[in-house]
Amino acid sequence: MRRLRFLIQKEFIQIFRNKALLPMMTLLPIIQLIILSNAASNEVKDVRVAVVDLDQSELSRALSNKIVANDRFSLVATPFNKKEALDLMQLDQVDIVLEVPSDFEKQFYRGEAPQLQTLVNAINGQQATVGSGYLSGIIGSLNGEIRAKEPMLFPDLAKPNKPIVVTSNNWYNPELDYPHFMAPGILAELTALLTIVLTAMNTVREREIGTIEQINVTPIKKWEFILGKLVPFLCLGLLLLTVGLIASKLIFDIPMRGNIGLIFAYAIVNLICVLGFGLLISNFAETQQQAIFVAFFFVLIFVLMCGLFTPIDSMPKWAQYATIPNPLAHFISVSRKVLLKGSGLADIKMEFLYTFVLAILFNTAAVWSYKKQE
Amino acid sequence: MNAISIQNISKNYKDTKALEDISFEVQNGQLFGLIGPDGAGKSTLFRILTTLLLADKGQAFVDGYEVVKEFREIRKRVGYMPGRFSLYQDLSVEENLSFFATIFGTTIEENYDLIRDIYVQIEPFKKRLAGNLSGGMKQKLALSCALIHKPTVLFLDEPTTGVDAVSRKEFWDMLRSLKEKNIAILVSTPYMDEAVLCDEIALIQEGRILKIDEPQSMIHQFDRPLFAVKTNDTYKLLKHLRLKPFTHSVLPFGECLHLISSERMSAADLQDQLRSEGFADVIVSKIKASIEDVFLELSHKTEGHV
Repeated sequence: MRRLRFLIQKEFIQIFRNKALLPMMTLLPIIQLIILSNAASNEVKDVRVAVVDLDQSELSRALSNKIVANDRFSLVATPFNKKEALDLMQLDQVDIVLEVPSDFEKQFYRGEAPQLQTLVNAINGQQATVGSGYLSGIIGSLNGEIRAKEPMLFPDLAKPNKPIVVTSNNWYNPELDYPHFMAPGILAELTALLTIVLTAMNTVREREIGTIEQINVTPIKKWEFILGKLVPFLCLGLLLLTVGLIASKLIFDIPMRGNIGLIFAYAIVNLICVLGFGLLISNFAETQQQAIFVAFFFVLIFVLMCGLFTPIDSMPKWAQYATIPNPLAHFISVSRKVLLKGSGLADIKMEFLYTFVLAILFNTAAVWSYKKQE
Repeated sequence: MNAISIQNISKNYKDTKALEDISFEVQNGQLFGLIGPDGAGKSTLFRILTTLLLADKGQAFVDGYEVVKEFREIRKRVGYMPGRFSLYQDLSVEENLSFFATIFGTTIEENYDLIRDIYVQIEPFKKRLAGNLSGGMKQKLALSCALIHKPTVLFLDEPTTGVDAVSRKEFWDMLRSLKEKNIAILVSTPYMDEAVLCDEIALIQEGRILKIDEPQSMIHQFDRPLFAVKTNDTYKLLKHLRLKPFTHSVLPFGECLHLISSERMSAADLQDQLRSEGFADVIVSKIKASIEDVFLELSHKTEGHV
């Protein structure tokens, strides 16, 4: 026990003596948190629309005005034919082209169901789908307004059925504040990433410098060595999480509805899990460079498939299963559930279970693969 | 029971034979030198004996324990100083020492008398980071760390490589005094001049042992006439001497040539002969063999057999 305590103490001395490490673990994550939480937004703003108005009627103008009035859209051009509009799209100056056919107004008042055409630039998938959805909504509501205003013109609607009114409310994030949604996820991601990379580098560094050679000829047991690495970095990870939570609260005023203790309890399990993974990588790497490359390979997969940027529910089935061994996905899910939703232990028991199993697997593999003898 | 007992150890790295059928014994309290050039297999042997590497064939015992089956016992009682400085550069002198003491379940105070002579020299710098020490002080710290748990056998892999001449001498003096504390020491070095400081040496080359003996008796057994031949145009003289019938071997040695003759002759005769053959400035003197001469002669012989 005394030996383990000294190993941990030694690691702490080295951490505090490393001038780059502590700022790296506190300042950089806060900067990243601020930048990413603000930038990584799924909101669609400023969709550029070109309206090809071949009708030039009162109704078509009303439609254009309605689109301009919506602050998500900006009308950038009103070309006179479709070709001109498509040229603009080719130059990436418009996102959506709305074509109003001639006789649009005439057909509308005759009740002939005129056809509008929208052409969407789908290079930016999000902009395209969400933007054209909004546009359809605007057109639909215009349609309803006119019919309601001039009932005489639509005798079949003289006694219209009241349409079904849908009122929706965004639970857990009522103002759809993206930083509220992103910050807990990004915080979880940063905590896990930095600890994976740092541990992966640390043991390899001992190998590179040669100190491991000296350590291997001592009676230190394998588990003591691994635990001696794990505990200090676990503390560092928790420090990072604390700093990040405080920063998120102060800067974004993220809600903390659940029990913060629960977040930390889960974070400990999760950190042990990712630390084990980092140590596992470093056992197989000869140099820090190798360790970094391998760590990045996994880190990229973990980040892109953790549900932070793409919702896990919209992934293909196989990819959804592939998120089960991804500790990051569970961490993000837990931090969102507990912070935004106020979930309790019962709600996150599956995440706890998966992470716990992963932690045991990774750490057993790390102890097993650490060879004192060749 | 011997401190180290090596029996027919062989080790290959893929197709390269690193060690071939090595056997020797090191007695308790003996200072045993493993002398050979870089790449001779010295470090490989050290790594096998310190239980870091498994041999392909053969058996080895350290302090009576078998290196494969009883590695745990060995790790408790040997001190090892790898060829490369392997202490924590970002820990201070004192922190390094107490770290290694604790790992072996002891304290600096408990075994202080063992390292006192060495440690007093670096104690004034005990707050300094190990990475900021000079080469000689690093070696002293590394030796202190290897000794702090009172090992019975000490493995020093090229401890004086890259250390200045004064520190080298000091280091060997320290080893002599450790010997008196009944610690067996296996030390390797590529410097032939250090060989005479050992009780017994093994000359090793390309994974094979050329000879094991006490350094003095090795020198003594060297019975061929040996001359140091000095001239300005060393290369021309070298080519010239190679063709001589009496030349057993001739090799460049610093700024002169060492000629081993297969015939008895006097230095004066040889000098006269060479002068008459156009080397006007040549100076020939008969010299006593050094370990290096023995080594070169032996390696010459083995190459001849191959």
